[in-house]
Amino acid sequence: MARLLDVRDLETRFYTQDGIVHAVNGVSFHVDEGETLGIVGESGSGKSVTVLSIMRLIPSPPGKITSGEIIFEGRDLLKIDEEEMREVRGNRMAMIFQDPMTSLNPVLTIEQQITEALELHLGMNHQQARRRAIELLKMVGIPAAEQRIDNYPHQFSGGMRQRVMIAMGLACNPRLLIADEPTTALDVTIQAQIVELVKRLRDEIGMAIIWITHDLSLLAGLADRIIVMYAGQVVESAQTADIYRNPRHPYTIGLLQSIPRLDEKRRERLEPIEGVAPRSH
Amino acid sequence: MNAQRANGNGREQPLIRVEGLRVYFPITRGIIFQRHVGDVKAVDGLDFEIKRGETLGLVGESGCGKSTTGRAILQLYRPTSGHVYFGDVDLTTLKGEALRRMRRRMQMIFQDPYASLNPRMTVGGIVGEPLEVHGIAKGKEKRERVQELLRVVGLNPYFINRYPHEFSGGQRQRIGIARALALNPDFIVCDEPISALDVSIQAQIINLLEDLQEQFGLTYLFIAHDLSVVRHISDRVAVMYLGKIVELANRVELYEHPLHPYTQALLSAVPIPDPEIEAQRQRIILEGDVPSPTNPPRGCRFHTRCPLAMDVCREDPEPEFKDAGGGHYVACHLVH
Repeated sequence: MARLLDVRDLETRFYTQDGIVHAVNGVSFHVDEGETLGIVGESGSGKSVTVLSIMRLIPSPPGKITSGEIIFEGRDLLKIDEEEMREVRGNRMAMIFQDPMTSLNPVLTIEQQITEALELHLGMNHQQARRRAIELLKMVGIPAAEQRIDNYPHQFSGGMRQRVMIAMGLACNPRLLIADEPTTALDVTIQAQIVELVKRLRDEIGMAIIWITHDLSLLAGLADRIIVMYAGQVVESAQTADIYRNPRHPYTIGLLQSIPRLDEKRRERLEPIEGVAPRSH
Repeated sequence: MNAQRANGNGREQPLIRVEGLRVYFPITRGIIFQRHVGDVKAVDGLDFEIKRGETLGLVGESGCGKSTTGRAILQLYRPTSGHVYFGDVDLTTLKGEALRRMRRRMQMIFQDPYASLNPRMTVGGIVGEPLEVHGIAKGKEKRERVQELLRVVGLNPYFINRYPHEFSGGQRQRIGIARALALNPDFIVCDEPISALDVSIQAQIINLLEDLQEQFGLTYLFIAHDLSVVRHISDRVAVMYLGKIVELANRVELYEHPLHPYTQALLSAVPIPDPEIEAQRQRIILEGDVPSPTNPPRGCRFHTRCPLAMDVCREDPEPEFKDAGGGHYVACHLVH
């Protein structure tokens, strides 16, 4: 498969009053066309900052990408200007976030939010954009899409909002969809719905996905490859089957052992990872 | 409760007994003359018991009323109807000082360790406050007791003068647990105590809760949405949907032979960390969302999403919540 994204030795730092935070500390990985890469890690491990760096969405100041290369479709995203980057963002790669309530604009209808990207990136007129938006909403399984498109975000449930976010992400047929904990705020039954949806869309559209999560079990049925992050670094990277069957890094082993599993006999005692993750500054 | 059971030994008598518990939140219109136009039926008729020393797990999706149930048991919300017995005492009839005295024996651990600790108080102030409020200890004695509590929950006793922001999420949750233990309660409602914590820290807190239960003979109502964690910690498990318990059984029975279609769907939605198992699993994907608790569907309240719904499920009366054998309670027409 062709290489879609190649991240080499990425370093992102935050310059704060309390000192320099080494949020991402020399991270390298790649994503092939049509591949699903899972990134797993706990809060503060640098997984979100990594993908925000790829999108060049790090607030600056205080954040700064201090070194590395992000080769996407043959171009180093760190070397192109903001104008070109805007073409890439939303058009070639899109991102969906954890909290669908805060990432949708509460005072705009769903129609206004989806058609914006279509008119901007694909140069559609309003009528075309609206038709395409309804099509997208149907694709992500929103019932009565023709009527619901004129609703506001608060009229949708959490799961439905996440579907709207996915529809927006897919609006311009991106080659890479970055999903930052998209199901963490949702219930398990809704999480299952969203995961099934994303898998179906992936197979239909053939895009690549980076799926960020803290829940290692979620990736078992979803990812082709997994990288495990800890304190701003990649500590393990392997094919999905190998991570679960033959984890090598003590942290990965610890993560797998600390969660109770439904398919196993109940253990008398859980084996936690002792202590607290060190701060990154 | 009647007098004969009042003096019986603690093993026979449940510590907590809930009868027909309902909590409705009124919806009103208008500013000055608030017309009552409906109710959010958060908890709509619950019957269950919790035995002394037992952990009852309460699972369900957000909005199903599980937290409201926990709070209504502690009388943090006053029930709209029904009774909550603590031993022989009906908590719903108590007020003021009498209720305050009972509160010593029942405590709560909250979900969010960031929001549930006052940022302007030191750890000593937070954990020591219940001791002072209930007139149990003050001054040096209080300080010693707080340090002992910190040691019990695995924190350094010298942290007593620190503020909450100086601690990590897991450590903060330990502070919340120390506060709940301060008054030597019999019963603790754990309301999603680990959902806000990192995966590697969750196991630490679960182990701590189990150790404390053994050490102090505590009784827990453990509210959570994570079914694997609930299986680990609970003796019996109740599954809630839209304000009602749809199934209640002991841990092994519920996870190995779930009878209610909702429980089956919930269990099948839990991902398992093994790609081979995941590839072969048949998921029951529930359609749609949970209906509004303001106007729950008639008949069985799950019928709108149930993959096995029959005609009888769409009609009143609701399926009865009763024993399907061996203390496995379920409310479903397919079973009865």
